[in-house]
Amino acid sequence: MRIELNGAETEVPERATVAAAVEAAGAGGAERGIAVALDGEVVPRGEWEVTELAEGQSVEVVVAIQGGADDPVDAGAAAGEPFELGGRRWGSRLIVGTGGFRSLAQMERALIASGTEIVTVALRRVDPGAEGSVLELIDRLGLFALPNTAGCYTARDAVRTARLAREAFETEWVKLEVIGDDRTLMPDAVELVGAAETLVGEGFTVLPYTNDDPILARRLEDAGCAAVMPLGSPIGSGMGIRNPYNIQIITERAQLPVILDAGVGTASDAALAMELGCDAVLLASSVSRAEDPAGMAVAMRHAVAAGHAARLAGRIPRRLHAEASTPMVGRPGEVRPPSS
Amino acid sequence: MATQDEDRFDVLIAGGGVIGLACAWRALQRGLSVCVLERDRAGSGASDVAAGMLAPVGEASWGEEGLIGLNLAAHRLWPEFAAELEAESGVDPGFWQVGALHVALDRDETEELQRRHRLHREHGLDSEWLDAAACRELEPGLAPSVAAGVLAPHEAVADPRSLCAALLAAVAERGGVVDEGSEVASAEFDRGVTVRTSGERELRGGTLLLATGSDAGRTPWLEPAERPPVRPVKGEIVTLRERRRARPEDFAGAGPDRRERVCSRIVVGDRLYIVPRPDGRLLIGATVEELGFDTTVTAGGVHELLREGYRTLPDIAEMELVEVRAGLRPGTPDNSPLIGQGAREGLMIATGHYRNGVLQAPATAAAVAALLVGEEPPFETEPFRPDRHRASMGGDSSRAAAGARGGTR
Repeated sequence: MRIELNGAETEVPERATVAAAVEAAGAGGAERGIAVALDGEVVPRGEWEVTELAEGQSVEVVVAIQGGADDPVDAGAAAGEPFELGGRRWGSRLIVGTGGFRSLAQMERALIASGTEIVTVALRRVDPGAEGSVLELIDRLGLFALPNTAGCYTARDAVRTARLAREAFETEWVKLEVIGDDRTLMPDAVELVGAAETLVGEGFTVLPYTNDDPILARRLEDAGCAAVMPLGSPIGSGMGIRNPYNIQIITERAQLPVILDAGVGTASDAALAMELGCDAVLLASSVSRAEDPAGMAVAMRHAVAAGHAARLAGRIPRRLHAEASTPMVGRPGEVRPPSS
Repeated sequence: MATQDEDRFDVLIAGGGVIGLACAWRALQRGLSVCVLERDRAGSGASDVAAGMLAPVGEASWGEEGLIGLNLAAHRLWPEFAAELEAESGVDPGFWQVGALHVALDRDETEELQRRHRLHREHGLDSEWLDAAACRELEPGLAPSVAAGVLAPHEAVADPRSLCAALLAAVAERGGVVDEGSEVASAEFDRGVTVRTSGERELRGGTLLLATGSDAGRTPWLEPAERPPVRPVKGEIVTLRERRRARPEDFAGAGPDRRERVCSRIVVGDRLYIVPRPDGRLLIGATVEELGFDTTVTAGGVHELLREGYRTLPDIAEMELVEVRAGLRPGTPDNSPLIGQGAREGLMIATGHYRNGVLQAPATAAAVAALLVGEEPPFETEPFRPDRHRASMGGDSSRAAAGARGGTR
C-alpha cells in the first residue's frame, strides 16, 4: 500500500505500523528527538508499534538528532562540530521556551516544527505534577525539559527555585535567570554571578541568562557554568541583536558554548546569532506569539541551520568597493598585460 | 415530564455550573426530565469566580478561526437567551451590553494592539481604532499615558452569579431536580446509564452529561482513556467596589451613570481586563497559571492585577477591595470546548470552555438540547467533537487499542 512519508509517495507493506514508517524514514533506532505525526496528529512514541497505517495516510517523521533523516536542514544543523552542552551531544541548535503560546495544540505543532530537543519551562508557572499540562506534552514529544528560574529577582530566590526545580524535574540542569527589574527584565549581574557560584558548588549544570557583556561572560565561565547565554535585546522585545560586536567578542573569547538568549524577533536575528559564532539560539516569544507559531518555528529552524552553516563556510570580508566575481583579466579578446 | 419515577430521568447532568444548568434548562424546555448532580453548591466552581465577559472580539486570536465563529454565534444568542431566562425565572441574569475599550498604554502596547486590530478587521469583527483623546473622551478615568485604543461596542457582560441564580430558578420552575452535595460515584453504561451517587443513591438516566468543568479531565468513573482532555488553568481575580455609593440599592434607581464610574465599560489592557458591574463593583482579572488544581490566591497574583489595574485606571486606588478569588478554567489543547458524544454510548460531554464558558453557555445548551432529542444542533458541532484530540493527547490509548485489535483480527 502507498502512504505519503515526509511528503513523498512511499510503498509500505499492508498493515505497516508507524514504527515501520519511522524505520523507512531512516530514523529507526534513535532513542529520542523523533516525533511522528499521522495525518497531522502526533502519535505518542508508546503507540508507534501498535498504530497501523492505512492506504493514503500522510506520515511526517521529524528528526532532531544528528544523522537522522535526509533533511538538508538537519544536515546543515549538524555540520561541523556536534553541539555539546552540559556533557551531552545535541542534534538541534535551537532551544525553545514554552511561554506565551496561545494553546497547547499550537505549542505542540510549533515544538515539532522547530526540531528542538531542549525546551525551557518556568517552575513558577508550571506544576510538574499537573496532568494534561505543558510537561506532559514535553514528555510525550520526547524533549528535554530545562527548568528556568524566571521571575526571580535575587540570588537567594533563584537558588531556592533551582533547588525546587531539581526535585520537581529530577534534573541537575537549570537555566539561571536573576532579573534586575520587571520593565527591562535585564539580568542583575551581581546577583547572577553569586547565584551561579552557589549552584555550581551544589553540582548543578548552570546555564546563565546574562547581559551581552564580555567581562560578565568570562566571570560566569570562571564560576563553572556550562554555557553563557547573553541576550540580544530585552526578553520578548523582538529587537534582535542590538550589539553584535559584544556578542562576537563573547563568542571569540568563550571556551564554553555561547547561546543567544532573548531578543530574537524573526528568522534573520537567529541566523545572525549563529553567524556571530553562537553555538545555539534560545527563543520563545518570536515563535509563541507569532501569528502562525508553527510556521515561524520552521523559519527559526532553517535560520539557525543556515547561520551555522554560513559561519562554518567562512564569509568573505566586507569591502568598501565592488569586486567583480568574474576576473577582468583573461577574457577572450582582452589584451593581457605583459608579464614581468 | 417524560417519566414520573423519582429515580429515573431522561438526562442526568454531572456538574451544576453555568454550563450544566444551562443545558438542564434547555433540556427541560424540550420536555426531558433532568437531574443535576452538583458536588458542592450549584454555581460554586469557576462560575462563581468568572467575570462573565461576552467578548468575541477581545477573545479573537490567531489560528483559532473555529473558536471565533462559535464565540460570535454565542454572542448573537445572548440577548434573547437573557430575556427568555429572565422571563421564565423572574431573576435578572445580569446581562449588560456595555461595550469594551481595549487600550494601549505605551508604544509597545500600541504596536500589539494594532496587530490585534488588523486581526479584527480580517475577520470582520466590530472594532474601531481610536486615538488617545477619543479613548479618554469615552473613559475619562483612563491613565494619561493611554496612547491608543480599540472600541468593540457590542461586547457585553453577564454576572455569572446572577446567571446561575436565574438558571437554578428556571430549572426549578420547569420541574428539574438539582441535587447539591452529591456527585457521580460510579456510572454503568448499558442502553442508558445507571449512576450511583456519593450519597449511595441509584439513579437511572437515558443520557449522562458530563459538565464538571476542569474536573472532567480526572473523572474517576471513566477510564483514563475515556476522560475528556481537560486541564485546570488557574485564574486569579480581584473585586473592588465604589465607595461613594457602596450600597447596590443606591445604584438601582440611578441606573449605570457612566460619568460617575471609574469606568463605564469593559476596559481591556495588555495584561488584564476590568469589568464593571451595574451595582458599582469592578472586577480585575485575570492571571493565567498552569498549576494543577490549585486555587490559592497569591500575593503575587493580586499584586500583578492591582498594579496593572492602577496603571490603567488610577482611580481604582480609592476603591474598596472586597474580594480576591482564584478559579479553574477548563482548558483544552486548542482552547475550544468539547461538545457532543463522549467515549461511551449514553455519555455526552459539555465542558472545556476555557475562558469563554459564560459566553458559550447559550450555544452549548442549544446544541446539547438538540443532540439529546436527536435533532440537528443549531451550529456545526463537528469542530468541537470531544474526541478530536484523540490522536495527540497523552494518556489516551484508544488509538493503540484500536491498532492492537486490528492486529489480532
